[in-house]
Amino acid sequence: MLSEALRAELRRIVGSAQVHDQPGQLVAYSLDGTFAQDPPDVAVTPATTDEVAQIVRLAAREKLSVLPRGAGTSLAGGAIPIGGGILLSLARMNRIIEIDTANAVAIVQPGVVTADLQAAVEKLGLFYPPDPASLNQSTLGGNVACNAGGPRCLKYGVTKDYVLGLTVVLADGSVLKLGGKLVKNVTGYQLVQLFVGSEGTLGAITEIVLRLRPLPRQRSTAAAYFDTLEHASEAVAAIIAAGILPVTLEMMDNTTINVVEDYLQMGLPRDAEAMLLLEQDGGDEAAARADVERMAEVCRCHDAVSVEVAAGPAQRDALWKARRAVSGALGRVRPNKLGEDIAVPRSEVPEMVRRVRQIARDTELPIAVFGHAGDGNLHPNILFDRRIEGEMQRVELAAAAIFRAALALGGTLSGEHGIGSLKKEFLEEDLGPVAVGLMRGIKQVFDPQGIFSPHKVFPERGGSARADFLRALPSLDGWTPG
Amino acid sequence: MSPSRSPSTQPEAAVRGRAKPGGAPLPLLDPASAALLHGQYDNMLSCIRCGLCLSVCPTYQISFAEEEGPRGRIAMARAVAEGHLPLTPDMVEHSQTCLLCDACTAICPAGVHMEPLGTMMRELFLRDRPHGRRERLLRWFVFRKLFADMGRFRRVCGLGRFYQRGGARWLLRRLGVFRLFGLTTLEQLVPAMPHRFLVPRGQRWQAAGGTPNRQIGLFAGCIMSTAYAETDRATARMLARSGAEVVAVADQGCCGALHVHNGEAEGARILARRNIDAFARLPDAAVVVNAAGCGSTLKGYGHLLRDDPAYAERAVAFAARVRDVNEELAGAALPEATTRLDITVTLQEPCHLAHAQRIREAPRALLKAVPGLSLVEMDEPALCCGSAGIYNVLHRDRADTLQARKIENVRTSGAPVVVTSNPGCQLQLEAGLAQAGLGGRVRVRHIVDVLDEAYGGASAGDVIEEPAR
Ligand SMILES: Cc1cc2nc3c(=O)[nH]c(=O)nc-3n(C[C@H](O)[C@H](O)[C@H](O)COP(=O)(O)OP(=O)(O)OC[C@H]3O[C@@H](n4cnc5c(N)ncnc54)[C@H](O)[C@@H]3O)c2cc1C
Ligand code: SF4
Ligand code: SF4
Repeated sequence: MLSEALRAELRRIVGSAQVHDQPGQLVAYSLDGTFAQDPPDVAVTPATTDEVAQIVRLAAREKLSVLPRGAGTSLAGGAIPIGGGILLSLARMNRIIEIDTANAVAIVQPGVVTADLQAAVEKLGLFYPPDPASLNQSTLGGNVACNAGGPRCLKYGVTKDYVLGLTVVLADGSVLKLGGKLVKNVTGYQLVQLFVGSEGTLGAITEIVLRLRPLPRQRSTAAAYFDTLEHASEAVAAIIAAGILPVTLEMMDNTTINVVEDYLQMGLPRDAEAMLLLEQDGGDEAAARADVERMAEVCRCHDAVSVEVAAGPAQRDALWKARRAVSGALGRVRPNKLGEDIAVPRSEVPEMVRRVRQIARDTELPIAVFGHAGDGNLHPNILFDRRIEGEMQRVELAAAAIFRAALALGGTLSGEHGIGSLKKEFLEEDLGPVAVGLMRGIKQVFDPQGIFSPHKVFPERGGSARADFLRALPSLDGWTPG
Repeated sequence: MSPSRSPSTQPEAAVRGRAKPGGAPLPLLDPASAALLHGQYDNMLSCIRCGLCLSVCPTYQISFAEEEGPRGRIAMARAVAEGHLPLTPDMVEHSQTCLLCDACTAICPAGVHMEPLGTMMRELFLRDRPHGRRERLLRWFVFRKLFADMGRFRRVCGLGRFYQRGGARWLLRRLGVFRLFGLTTLEQLVPAMPHRFLVPRGQRWQAAGGTPNRQIGLFAGCIMSTAYAETDRATARMLARSGAEVVAVADQGCCGALHVHNGEAEGARILARRNIDAFARLPDAAVVVNAAGCGSTLKGYGHLLRDDPAYAERAVAFAARVRDVNEELAGAALPEATTRLDITVTLQEPCHLAHAQRIREAPRALLKAVPGLSLVEMDEPALCCGSAGIYNVLHRDRADTLQARKIENVRTSGAPVVVTSNPGCQLQLEAGLAQAGLGGRVRVRHIVDVLDEAYGGASAGDVIEEPAR
């Protein structure tokens, strides 16, 4: 609980309606897209960079922690204000400041929702490709802080490939402007890139300069079903080897297909071991279509059981419907889910999926695997019910086993969601002590007091991961308001 | 202290976190309240916290505050159910400011259903903090007397005519009915009363010279059959033109929507049983309704009466017969319209049509079939207009913001006519247009009135009305 004097000071900065410090409000700000939960001491919703700077100055003076937050859709527990402190929501700073068509650049506030920017630039014939599945709700500030990716990123690159400049409020409350509308800029260290993916641990992003591309107006789509994962993965490799760079190469495994079919009853083949969703875009309809026909042919050559090429937008939407429904459909199976985000070299995808299946059998938990087969980024989703005695322990075993399997195959903990608070205990196993030591050094330079987002990214136990790393995450148990 | 809060080895350790939680355990809820929460607990647990609903929630979109969005409201309800949060004033406020518009329900990938959760919370708040004597009396009068008895309701509405002629302002004030909802706002929202109410007594309509292909029970509604009685008649005519024999079933009453949305589930159940009994006279007919809010309430009778052994099954069967007039007409074979309407219209989609009943294509298809009519879409056609039952009277600031946003969207569409199909929306739009100085330039019309005009209206003579047998 903050002192009344501090709360009054916050009210002076942002106005009383923008200070959220009542018990229910704190509960509302206690969560993100994961199952963990911890209320802040206060949430503030500032409107300008200057207000953000004043809030951070106050926090620095009082040694209070500050957690920047966009839409709170993090799947890594990155937006949970663990241990309390000030939750700094940037959601109200949601103005598109400028769309510069001559330079193909957009300048936005961090709270702009990804899809809103995309719609605005598409009206002008421009394109902002990064498309996390959460694009209708996630903010660009959150996307930059997590270096978000999505299906289109195989062809167009991830968020970092689009960030040209940033305005950041640093831990002492000073305002740093980096980069700008320049596409080429190698003057000094690439500090802009250091902030991309920093998950709110180095500063609060309050303005973003994003690069845009010309809008590809045509799309063509197909779905292919396989009776073994190997065939599907070989098809993926063969497509890339054939010199095709599709905009999308998404995969769903048998568990995912069945969960979606249970939910939508759209006639997906329940016995298929894998489904690939293939898409190409471009300025020319015939060319996009030709690429998709070639990919369909490659799939048939790799023993696809069936291949459907969408005849028009309606059929395309039907094919995407299955992929888009995955997240919600999984939510209907068990009350809780843990969505992992490992990445492995593309060639290891079938082995990774097999290992996940084995882990599912060993821990007796349903684990659905889907993801971006084209870039080796998979989302094993562990489905569980926290209320069942002993189930959390098995979830922990499964999650740890999945991380370690990915590392053993030359992979990494996270392809696009970030480390947040969920995976931090595994950071050193992935990066090694030297890299983590360097990261700590960087953190120390930017934020010597440790104001920004404590309890995130860095392991707190020192050595290797502990067995109860998930149960150690906070919940509302033990919290009383007031 | 939970392990995650123990001192870490990081530089962050210097940062002050929250003091150790502790304090007295929360007071236990009484068993009946606990049962209410329990009934909705699985619904709360279905929320996977993905935040997709934030993009469509009207109250979030005007505040960008998490506690004013569906995810925050669910989290608060869940914290109450799990004993972490008492019914604090802020919790109650943010829960009550939910419009129950179901925009979140319609978009939620995980199957969360906000309407029953929100109405349950309102029942809970009423149990927790019963109103003072005067307000209790007033609520009793409005919910159990006024809306419970259509004869009485019509008499009060008759007073409305008198009121509009300027003579009876004091009488309504003395009656105190509207004080419950804040009189000043309500004054603007009292509709102009027509001269002839529609009193359902079993009267019938059918197309002249044809043999009906099906029977339809017309749900006349309380506000619709009084303030918008002409729309009810137009509805009967349109349904008759689609080949039905339409019956204004006797003894039906108000659907209970206001009751459900204001924590008066018991009052709503009384009305629901009465309507189910009334429509039992036409056991095989569809029950067609022209007010979106009533339609979604009627379709929810199964849930409302789920614990009533005598009515649970009948309620489910009744609900399955209910059809909104848009879906009924769009699915029926209407003859060609007879009259060209050279007008441009824009469509305002009532929440209880677009979200609660998920009917979005039918009104568009019906309008596009009218010769000469051109439909221009406004921005955010399905964003709540702020009416939401009596929300506009209870939470004026938010309702005003939403109303102004809707009127702006109407204005920029450039259409001189807004079409909708819910009386609350109609009143809210009319009041908003008048306030924005657009009263004379933009008209608000029920979709059925527009369609009826395209078939020549009442004077076309193609539909015969028979008095009750
Ligand atoms: C259904 C669903 C699907 C998803 N699909 C994808 C996907 O396909 N690809 C993908 O990459 N991710 C995905 N995600 C994860 C998530 O949406 C992304 O990580 C997104 O970028 C987070 O944005 P946000 O605005 O919600 O940020 P938040 O969740 O609020 O915050 C995320 C992190 O960013 C930091 N942060 C936020 N804003 C700022 C700021 N202005 N300055 C500094 N730090 C900040 C926070 O401190 C936190 O560490 C998905 C999530 C959900 C719920
Ligand atoms: S869309 Fe549904 S699951 Fe997602 S946060 Fe909203 S209510 Fe919860
Ligand atoms: S019902 Fe409407 S107002 Fe209420 S939470 Fe859902 S979207 Fe928001």
